[in-house]
Amino acid sequence: MLQFDPAIDFKLLLAVPLIPLFGYAIQIFFGKYLPRKGDWLLLTGMFVAMCITLYMAAKAISAGYAGEEFRHNSLDHGWGFRWLYSDRGSEAGSGNIVAGIFYDGLGAGMLAVVGVVSFFVHLFSVGYMHGDRRYHIFFANISLFTFAMLGLVLSDNLLFLFIFWELMGLMSYLLIGHFSHDPNSPRIKFAASACKKAFLTTRVGDTCLFMGMAILYYKFETLRFTELWELVRVTVEQNGGEYPGWLTAAGLLCLGGTIGKSAQFPLHIWLPDAMEGPTPVSAMIHAATMVAAGVFLTGRLYPVFSPEVLEVAAIAGGVTALFAATIGTTINDIKGVLAYSTISQLGFMVAAVGVGGVVPGMFHMLTHAFFKACLFLCAGSVIHGCHHEQDMRKMGGLRKFMPITFVCMLLSTIAIAGIPLFSGFYSKDQIIAAAFERNMLLPSSTATFVSIALPAAALLTAFYMFRLIFMTFFGTYRGGQAEHHVSLAAAGHAHVGHAHDEHGGGHGHAHGGHGHGGHGHGGHDHAHGGHGNDHSGHGHDHDHGHGGHAHTPHESPLPITLALMVLAFLGVFGGHFWPATPTDPLAHHGTWFQKVVSHDSLYGEKVARFVEARQHHALGPQAVPHDPEHIEHAKHAAHGKAVVVSLSVAGAGILLAALMYLWGKIRPEKVVGVIHPLYELVAHKYYWDEIVNLLVIKPTMALANSLKWIDEKLVDGFVLLVGFTQRAFAFFWAWFDRTIVDGLVNFVGLVSQSLGAITRLVQTGRIQQYAAFAMGGGLLAAAWLILS
Amino acid sequence: MQEHILSWITFLPLIGMAAILCVPRTNTGLIKAISLAATGIPFVLATWLYFDLFDKSSANLQFVQRLDWITSLGAYYYVGVDGLSLALVWLTTLLLFIAVPASFGIEKSQKSYYALLMLLEVGIIGVFVALDYFLFYVYWEVMLLPMYFLIGIWGGPRREYAAIKFFLYTLAGSVLMLVAIVALRLQAGTFSIPELMALAQSGAMDGSKLPGGGELLGMGFQTWVFWFLFVGFAIKVPVFPFHTWLPDAHVQAPTPISVILAGILLKLGGYGMLRACFPIVPDAFRANTYVLGILGVISIVYGAYVALGQSDFKRMVAYSSVSHMGYVLLGMAALTEWGMTGAALQMFNHGTSAAVLFLVVGVIYDRAHHRDLNGFGGISQVMPKYWALTTWGFFAALGLPTQAGFVSEAMTLLGAYQSADTRFQALVVISLIGIVLTAAFLLWAMQRVFLGTLNAKYKDYGDMNAREVFCQAPFLALCLILGVFPWLLTDWMAPTIKLVVGTLSKSA
Amino acid sequence: MSLGAYVAVSAALFAIGIVTIVTRRNILYVLMGIEMVLNAANINFVAFGRHYGGLPGGGGGLEGKMFAIFTIILAAAEAAVALAIVLNVFQAFNSVKPSEADQLRE
Repeated sequence: MLQFDPAIDFKLLLAVPLIPLFGYAIQIFFGKYLPRKGDWLLLTGMFVAMCITLYMAAKAISAGYAGEEFRHNSLDHGWGFRWLYSDRGSEAGSGNIVAGIFYDGLGAGMLAVVGVVSFFVHLFSVGYMHGDRRYHIFFANISLFTFAMLGLVLSDNLLFLFIFWELMGLMSYLLIGHFSHDPNSPRIKFAASACKKAFLTTRVGDTCLFMGMAILYYKFETLRFTELWELVRVTVEQNGGEYPGWLTAAGLLCLGGTIGKSAQFPLHIWLPDAMEGPTPVSAMIHAATMVAAGVFLTGRLYPVFSPEVLEVAAIAGGVTALFAATIGTTINDIKGVLAYSTISQLGFMVAAVGVGGVVPGMFHMLTHAFFKACLFLCAGSVIHGCHHEQDMRKMGGLRKFMPITFVCMLLSTIAIAGIPLFSGFYSKDQIIAAAFERNMLLPSSTATFVSIALPAAALLTAFYMFRLIFMTFFGTYRGGQAEHHVSLAAAGHAHVGHAHDEHGGGHGHAHGGHGHGGHGHGGHDHAHGGHGNDHSGHGHDHDHGHGGHAHTPHESPLPITLALMVLAFLGVFGGHFWPATPTDPLAHHGTWFQKVVSHDSLYGEKVARFVEARQHHALGPQAVPHDPEHIEHAKHAAHGKAVVVSLSVAGAGILLAALMYLWGKIRPEKVVGVIHPLYELVAHKYYWDEIVNLLVIKPTMALANSLKWIDEKLVDGFVLLVGFTQRAFAFFWAWFDRTIVDGLVNFVGLVSQSLGAITRLVQTGRIQQYAAFAMGGGLLAAAWLILS
Repeated sequence: MQEHILSWITFLPLIGMAAILCVPRTNTGLIKAISLAATGIPFVLATWLYFDLFDKSSANLQFVQRLDWITSLGAYYYVGVDGLSLALVWLTTLLLFIAVPASFGIEKSQKSYYALLMLLEVGIIGVFVALDYFLFYVYWEVMLLPMYFLIGIWGGPRREYAAIKFFLYTLAGSVLMLVAIVALRLQAGTFSIPELMALAQSGAMDGSKLPGGGELLGMGFQTWVFWFLFVGFAIKVPVFPFHTWLPDAHVQAPTPISVILAGILLKLGGYGMLRACFPIVPDAFRANTYVLGILGVISIVYGAYVALGQSDFKRMVAYSSVSHMGYVLLGMAALTEWGMTGAALQMFNHGTSAAVLFLVVGVIYDRAHHRDLNGFGGISQVMPKYWALTTWGFFAALGLPTQAGFVSEAMTLLGAYQSADTRFQALVVISLIGIVLTAAFLLWAMQRVFLGTLNAKYKDYGDMNAREVFCQAPFLALCLILGVFPWLLTDWMAPTIKLVVGTLSKSA
Repeated sequence: MSLGAYVAVSAALFAIGIVTIVTRRNILYVLMGIEMVLNAANINFVAFGRHYGGLPGGGGGLEGKMFAIFTIILAAAEAAVALAIVLNVFQAFNSVKPSEADQLRE
C-alpha cells in the first residue's frame, strides 16, 4: 500500500504544485467574480494538495522505518520537462536541460510541511484577510507562492531550484507589498519600500547563487543534484582529498544564495522589514517558504560545500543566531520579535549545516516551520483581536480574552524555547549536539565559537519568547483606548489606558502588579466571543474600533483558531511523537526524521561516506581518520552534554523572562540602565541598516548619479562636440561659399543686371511712348533721308 | 506563393502604403483598416512560415530567391531566411502589427504616418531577409528614412533634435559600413553574403586584391573592415559609447515608434553583426572578442547605473535597453553555443520586454502628460490593471525566471562563463552587478510610480482601456511562453547557431 | 488750289493726330488721334489722286479716291473693334487710361 509507485506517484507529486498554480490562474482572472471571491476554490485545492503531500510523506516515512532506500527521480522513469534544447532524439547533448521530479526523504518531509503549513495559512487568511480590498489577489498570490516552494522542493536540478527560488522572490515582493496598494492601510508607505528591499536584498544573494551555478555548470556540465554530488566526490577524490579552489568558490557563492534567502548576516536586513506584509504572509515566509528555501538549498548542496565553505556557514549561522537573538530581546513589536527569532533560528540551521549536522539542520527547518507558523498565526490572531495593534506594550492579559490563541502560542513558544517533549527541543538539541561533537572531534576556533554561540542564542530565544508571552498574555490589558476618544463609553477606558500608556514608554511592564482596567473589558470580550463563533460574520475588524464598544480584544474566528490548533499540535508532536514511545521521551533512539533522513538517504551511500569522511577530515592521503569507536564515543558524549546544556539554557531563559516580566522581580528599566550603551546598540539592531545604507545604497546612488552626469555631459557631450565642430566647420565653408564662390557668380549677374536696368528704362510698356519713339524714329529717318 | 513567401512578407506593406496614399486623407478609418491588413497579413504569413513551412532541423538558408537586379554592379535581389533571421522576421511582423492599433491615438496627419509605418516595415524585414550586401545596405537606408520622419514629425517637444541626431548618428555608421562593403566587393567580387562567408572560410579575405594589401589607417584589411562594420552595427545596438542617440530618440519618439525602435531596430545591430560582420571577417573577430566582451559588459553595468540615476520614466527605460543589449554583445563575443543562443534569444526577448516597457510608459504619459518618476505615486490604487501588467512587464524585464528574459540572460552568462577565453569569467562576474541594478531601478520606479500614497492629482485616472491591454498582452504572453518553453525559439535557432559558432571558432 | 495747300492741311492734321496719340491719357482721345492720322492720309490720297490722275499711266484720278474709301471703311471697322476693347477694358479696370490697363488678366 505504501510502496512508492512511479507510475502514479509522480503524477500525484506533479499535481501538488500544479494545483495551486491553476488555482492562481483561475483566481487572478476570475477571482473577483467568484462567490466569496474564490477563497473556497484555493482552499479546496490546497487541501487536496496537502492530502497528497501527506500521503506521499507517509510512504517516505514507512520506507524510512523499514530501512528501505527512498530516492526517486522521475527522469529514471522517463518523466521530465524539457526546458531547453529539446533536440528530439539526442537526449544527453550538452545544454539539454530536462527537469525531473526528485523525491526523497528530505523532499517528502519538506513537501508535507509546505503543504500543511500552506493549507493552514490559507485557512487562517480566510478569517484574517476578510474584508481586504484585494482579497482575491491576496489568495492568488499566496497560492503562487506555495506553488513556487512546492516546485523548489521537487526540483531535481539546481537551475529549476533557482527558477522557483526567484519566483518566490517575486511572490514575496508582491505579498510583502500587499498593503502598499491599500489607501486605508497605515502601512502603505513602509510596505512599498519593504517589498522592494526584500526583493533586492535577496537578489544580491540570488546573483551569487547564479554565479555559483555558472561555475558548477561550467565544470560539470550538469546541474542535476545527484550527478553533482557524484561528480564532486569524484573530483575531490581525484584531487587528493582536497576541494579545488573553484569548487570552494562555487560553494561560497551558492552559500551566498542561502545567506540572502535565509536572511543570514549580513543580508538579513530584509526579513524584519518583511513584517510589513499581512501576517499570513509572514507566516508563510518565515515558516514554510522563502527562508526555508535557503536552508533547503544547503541540504541539497551539502556535499558540494568544501570544509572552508562549511566553516563560513558555521560562522555566519552562529553570528546570525546570536546577534538576531540579542536584538529579539529589545523589540516591542510582536511580529518584530518573531522576525528576529526566525533569523536566529535560521542561524541555528545554517550553523548546523556548517558544523556537519545537515540532518539536524534540516530537521530544525521542519520543526521550526510548524511552531513558527503557529507563532506567527497566533501573533496574527492577537493583532486581529487587538484591532491591528502590534505593539506589545499595548497588550497584556490577553489570555483571558483569547484563550485558544494563548494556549497555542504558549505551546509553540515552549517548542521554540526547546523544552523536552516539544518538537523544537529535539531538533535544537541535535544541532547543539552536532556542534559539540564537532568541537570534540576537531577542535577549532569556529567549532568552539558555534558551541558557545548556539547555546547562548538558545538562552536568549527562551528569554525573548517568554518575554513575548508574558507581555502579551499576562498582566492586564493596556491597549486600545488611548487613541480612541470616540464616545463617552470609550472615555472611561481612555482614562485607564492612559495611565498605562505612561508606563508603556519604557520597555514592556507586564509585572502583574497593576490591577486596574481589566474588569471593564470582559463584557466586551464576551460580546465578541459570540461573534467569533459565527463563521460568516466574524472578522470585519475594520468595523471595530468605532462607536466605543469595540476596544477590547476578542478571540479570533474559527478558521483562525482551527489553523492555530492544528499547527500547535504539530509544533508539539512534529519533532517526535513521544506518546508512541513513552519510554524514550528524549528520543535517544532517534526521531522520525532521523529514521527517514540520513546521510545515506540524502545523498546515496557513496556520497554519504564521502561527506562523513570530509566531516572528520579523513579525506586525502595524509588524513588521519578517527577511529570509529572514538567517533561513536564523542557522539554519545556530545549528546549527553547537549541535553544538559539545552535544558539548562532553556530553563534559565524562561526563568529570567519570568523574573523580569511576570513577577517583576527584576525591573527591565534597571537592566537597561546598567547596560545602556550595549542596549542602545542592540535596540538599534547594531545600526546595520544604517551601515548598509551608508556603505552600499548611498555609494550606489552616488555612482548612478555621477554616471548619469558623465553620460549626459561627457559621452553625449563628445557626440555633441563632434556635431558642434562639424557645424562650425560647415559655417566657415558656408561663409566662404556665400562670399567668395557665390560672390563671383553674383558679380557676373550684377553686371548683366545693371545693363538690363539701363535698357529697361525704355521698355516702359506704354504703348503711347512706343508710338512716340516710332514717330521720332520715323522723323529722324525722314530727316536723314531728306538731309542726305 | 510559398517559394516567394519572403518577398510577399516584405512587400505587402509596400502595397499597403500605395493603397494608403490613394485614400483621401480625411478617411482615417480606411487608412487604419488598410494598415492593419497590410501588417496583419505579413504577420499571418510569417507565423505560417515559422511553424509550418520552415524546416527547423536544417541550418541552411531557406526560401532563397535570387534575381538579377543591378547587373552592372553585380547586385542581386537575393533573399532567404535561416533560424537566426526567421524569429526576428516574425517578431517584426508582430511588432508592426501591434504598432498599428497602438498608434490609433495619434491625430496628426495620419495618412503620412501610416504610410511611413508601412515603409518602415519594408525596410526592417528587408534587412532581415537580405542576403546580398548591396540589397542589405539599401534596406538599411530605406528603414532610416521613415524613422527620421516618424520621430521628427510625430515626436515630443525636442523631436527635430532627436530625429536629426538619430539620423546623423546612424548615417555615420552607415557610411563606415558602405566603405567596408565596397572594400569587400573589391576584394571578393561579390555582394553575396553567403559567398563572402564561404570565401572568409577559405581564407580569401586578406585584402590581396586591393591596392597596398587593403591596409587602411595602419590596420590590416580584415581589421579595419571589421571595425568599420562593427561600429556601423554597434551604433544601432547601441553599444557603449555609441548609445547617446538612443535616449533622445526614445524619449522624443511617440510610443509606438519607441516600441518599434527598442523592439526591432536595436536588434538590427546585433543581427547585422551576427549575419554580416563576424562571419565575413572571422579572423579579426576572433582577435577582438575580448574587447567586444568588455564593451558588452560596460553596456550592461553602465546602462543599468545610468538608468538608476534617471528621473524620467522613458529615459530610464531607454537606458535599460542599453543594459539589456549589452548581453547580446557579451553572448556573441563569448563564442560558445550557449552564449550565442543566449544572445539570439536576448535579441528576441528584449524585443518583447522592451516593447512592454515602452507601452507602459506610453499609457501613463497619455494620461499625465509627463514622465517624471517622482511626480507620480500610488497609481496602483486607481489603475490596478495597469499596475498588474506593469509588474509583469517589469519582472519580465529584470529577468525573473519563468520569463523569457531569464532564459536569455542566464544562457548568455552561462555561455560566456564557458568561453574558451577564461578572461570572460571575470566579465560575467562584473555583469552580475547589472542584474542586481536592473532589479533596483525597475523596482524603485515601481515604488515611486505605483505604490504608496496616491498623489491626489491622479485620483480620477481611468484604468487601461481594451486597446492598451490588447497592445501589451501579446508581448507579455510571449515573455511567459518563451520563459517556460524556450525551445519554441531555441529549436529553430540551434542548427544555425551550431553552424555559426562552428565556423566562427574555426580559424581558416 | 495747288497741291501744296492740301498737303499742308494733311500734314497739320497728321501732326495734331500724332500729338494727340502720344500725349492724351484717355484712350478715346487716342482713338480720335488715330482717326485724324488716318484722315490726314485720306486727304493726301485724294489730293495726290486728283493731282496726278490725268497723267499717262495714271488711273484717271480714281485710284486715290478708292484708297481713301478703303481707308474710311477700315477706320470704321477699326473704331468699332477699338471701342469694344475700350468698353471691356473699362469694365475690367474701371478706367480707360492705357497706362492703367497693365495686366492681361482679370
